[in-house]
Amino acid sequence: MDTDVLARRLRALVGEHAVITDRQQLRTYECDGLTHYKVVPALVVLAETTVHVAAAVTECAREGIPFVARGSGTGLSGGALPHADGVLIVLSRMRQILEVDRANQRAVVEPGVINLQLSDTTRSEGYYYAPDPSSQQVCSIGGNVAENSGGAHCLKYGFTTNHVTGLEFVTPRGDVVVLGGKAPDPTGYDLLGAVVGSEGTLGVATQVTVRLTRTPEDVSTLLAAFASTDQAGAAVSAIIGAGVIPAAIEMMDALAIEAAEEAVHCDYPAGAGAVLIVEIDGPAADVQHVFAEVERHCREADAFEIRIAADDAERALFWKGRKSAFAAVGRISPDYIVQDGVIPRTALPEVLRQIAALSTDSGVRVANVFHAGDGNLHPLVLFDESRPGEGERAEEVSGAILDLCIEHGGSITGEHGVGSDKAKFMPRMFTDDDLDTMQLVRCAFDPDSISNPGKIFPTPRLCGERPGRHQGVHPLAESGVAEVF
Amino acid sequence: MAAAPEALLRACDGYLTEASDDDAVLGMAPRWVASPGTTAQVSAVMAAATADGLAVVPRGTGSKLGWGNPPRRLDVVLDTTRLDTLVEHAAGDLILVTGAGRRLTALQDDVAGSGQRLGIDPTRSGTIGGTVATGTSGPMRLRHGAVRDLVIGMTLVRADGVVAKSGGKVVKNVAGYDLAKLLTGSFGTLGVITEVAFRLHPVPPARRWVTLAVDGPEQAQAAVQELAHSQQAPVAVEVDWAEGRGEVSALLEGHADATEDCAETVARGLGDGARVDDHAPDWWGTDLGAADLHADGAGRTLVRTTHEIAGTGPLLGSITSLSEAPGVSAAYRGSPAVGVGCALLVGEVDAVVAATEGLRAAAAAVGGAAVVLEAPDDVRARVDVWGPATALDLMRSVKARFDPEGTLAPGRFVGGI
Ligand SMILES: Cc1cc2nc3c(=O)[nH]c(=O)nc-3n(C[C@H](O)[C@H](O)[C@H](O)COP(=O)(O)OP(=O)(O)OC[C@H]3O[C@@H](n4cnc5c(N)ncnc54)[C@H](O)[C@@H]3O)c2cc1C
Ligand SMILES: Cc1cc2nc3c(=O)[nH]c(=O)nc-3n(C[C@H](O)[C@H](O)[C@H](O)COP(=O)(O)OP(=O)(O)OC[C@H]3O[C@@H](n4cnc5c(N)ncnc54)[C@H](O)[C@@H]3O)c2cc1C
Repeated sequence: MDTDVLARRLRALVGEHAVITDRQQLRTYECDGLTHYKVVPALVVLAETTVHVAAAVTECAREGIPFVARGSGTGLSGGALPHADGVLIVLSRMRQILEVDRANQRAVVEPGVINLQLSDTTRSEGYYYAPDPSSQQVCSIGGNVAENSGGAHCLKYGFTTNHVTGLEFVTPRGDVVVLGGKAPDPTGYDLLGAVVGSEGTLGVATQVTVRLTRTPEDVSTLLAAFASTDQAGAAVSAIIGAGVIPAAIEMMDALAIEAAEEAVHCDYPAGAGAVLIVEIDGPAADVQHVFAEVERHCREADAFEIRIAADDAERALFWKGRKSAFAAVGRISPDYIVQDGVIPRTALPEVLRQIAALSTDSGVRVANVFHAGDGNLHPLVLFDESRPGEGERAEEVSGAILDLCIEHGGSITGEHGVGSDKAKFMPRMFTDDDLDTMQLVRCAFDPDSISNPGKIFPTPRLCGERPGRHQGVHPLAESGVAEVF
Repeated sequence: MAAAPEALLRACDGYLTEASDDDAVLGMAPRWVASPGTTAQVSAVMAAATADGLAVVPRGTGSKLGWGNPPRRLDVVLDTTRLDTLVEHAAGDLILVTGAGRRLTALQDDVAGSGQRLGIDPTRSGTIGGTVATGTSGPMRLRHGAVRDLVIGMTLVRADGVVAKSGGKVVKNVAGYDLAKLLTGSFGTLGVITEVAFRLHPVPPARRWVTLAVDGPEQAQAAVQELAHSQQAPVAVEVDWAEGRGEVSALLEGHADATEDCAETVARGLGDGARVDDHAPDWWGTDLGAADLHADGAGRTLVRTTHEIAGTGPLLGSITSLSEAPGVSAAYRGSPAVGVGCALLVGEVDAVVAATEGLRAAAAAVGGAAVVLEAPDDVRARVDVWGPATALDLMRSVKARFDPEGTLAPGRFVGGI
């Protein structure tokens, strides 16, 4: 359909100022946090209500126009990358916390609410929202739901999917459905479980009911410095092997520390080959004992310096280096790729050695900063785009790291999602049959493949087809009957 | 056996027997019982069944086959108990991969030696597949989450025989859709679960229970709110309820030197009469049986209810009122700080039917739902065991994609799916 006609129709539905068609303004939305993929959308809708979202989606459904939801645009896998002929539905104006229900330990929020804002609002009630991606100051709850986001405290507290109990959701046909609520286990299939982490390919979340977590009675945080990542890894194994599940256990290697120092002067121990940040929380009586145990394991693994946060300010300083690590890398390298892969935790020492070898062989520097407790690596692959060939080499190293993750029985993404970026890696982790089966879910929700098409799946099939193996150009596409997005 | 299709016989390597009366599912008798021993054999069985238009119901130990609706058609019971291999226990990674036919009790034994546990409570003797397919939970759900939160990977066989995996062996993983969540609680209607990967948890060194006798719904409500908001972070909060009174009990776990302190703090919070024990109350984590009630009428109906946490008091109040009606008595046991539990209604059929409907209304009033798990035929005939569900169209659409011919457990699930 002609964009002008579409814009006219949408303006009538959502209001004059909520539709953007000006090319210059549209460029604001051409990418998410993964800036090397850029597509200018045909049109942007700045939704303010569920009715707006449903109206926009219904219009798209009627005309077979693709749409993409966008929260804060901090995604690192190109999930919110617009479709050139499609509508981008921006949810950042839907940012009201609708209800904080302390008695039921739930909050109901609009999708554009910023993650940290929710914790800040509920803290005075003795509660917070546990999933805490490093981007929590800017990313939206809707985006978190779509990505099943994780964070430093997921080891103990779980991921977004463990904290969302209800959704109001606009299906790709424009229907508004309610999945779950404040009570657990809605009757029937766990559609909520399927939608969380589906990266906007099954529809748009317009309201989210989340579980709130009681603030712990006590929190203790230590920073331990080691000569090498091997020693730090041994400490991690010892801690977990002793039956301790810390609230968080994060590792940074020498290069990541260097970057963080340059950027935020976090004053980590000089000369460290690796630092660990370990946080224990819970009932005060328990925390003291467990913390002492953790400290002992760090010493036994030859930590050369251990600092214990005396107060919240010091704790914040420990975390500052860690939380700013991605951005900080910009200080020591003009360009970098943030990779996100997972391995079984016991494979950490081996995989870190292999990454180091990859780095040495290719001459591409790799800084490591990661969630050590659950084996979620975030290698930062550094390069300089202005030097011919470096970008390609970095891409190769970055891909080779994912292969390492798969080889060790891990995953190609632990929290950043597949998006546009990793669709091509999906067949390395899953068979055609696995992917076909996932497509069955997609087709059940979105038979016309208009909801965030082209994401997650490498070469999606059309929903009318029986699953099976296919090669070459799709016959329906070839004959011009249908488009494969 | 002459009538058994050749393909089916070959598919499970001869492990095909003629069905007996014991194999009926809610009165619907199958013709054969197939017992494949590998995922590949399950795949062959399903492909053969689909090709011949046979309807299949998967079965573990069969303990909960009476849950849900009777199948519309039934030809083959697919017995999974030969899929009982412990595939992998990576203690250092706190994960475990197992065949779906393995018993839950065997699994807890497998890991106990390493000081670990599967956060599903250990009293269940059914299979892993049955536990996952029914999506049930026990007390520790408050700390460890439901089955859906513990499953990190799954292998399933679709109705057409295609084998698919989702997730994997790592706790953190967002590659692709979470098919395991969709299959968890699907009662065998979307696929046959053949292998499951779980995350495990370490067993803490010490445990204490704090128990308070409660004399009415208001007191129960107050105790549950106190425990739910407690910074001593109970691992489980359970309630046992009959005839307008009961007990609320919380489990504390942690470091040996600290747990007693935590328990004392919790007991003080609950007030006079709260006692600290080093063992669970005898009803803890067990199935509600008829023995819990005096009445021995014809209608013994087990209803699973859900509710908002703060709806505990009102729900218990309603259950009390229901059991004050003539001809029925009601008991309840559950996890109020999670919002799930089971009520057992015993009495005359009319009264039990009315009580079931009353319970459904009461659960809905506190944001939840009520699903009838077990009921005699004459109660079943008069209630919708599943009750209402939202997004039923989407569910139907999912079923239609996964099983267009209606091969798997047709009619067993919500909305006749
Ligand atoms: C510095 C930095 C640190 C980060 N650290 C972490 C981390 O620790 N853990 C982590 O998990 N991620 C992290 N991320 C990635 C990112 O912040 C998360 O993926 C986040 O969930 C994205 O939220 P968003 O609102 O920005 O979503 P967007 O980028 O706008 O969108 C992400 C995806 O969600 C979809 N979407 C958005 N809103 C909706 C909705 N309402 N309904 C349906 N689909 C929707 C989009 O279509 C897209 O596919 C980090 C990013 C940055 C830049
Ligand atoms: C309050 C309460 C108390 C309970 N107490 C006990 C207890 O004391 N002991 C106990 O054993 N259980 C108990 N359970 C149930 C338990 O959690 C499991 O659901 C049960 O063990 C089922 O195992 P099974 O092998 O007998 O399954 P079955 O009864 O054989 O099957 C149950 C359902 O799952 C389907 N199914 C089975 N296997 C598969 C598969 N591989 N793939 C797909 N679908 C499949 C079947 O078609 C059927 O619909 C309790 C549940 C509740 C709610």
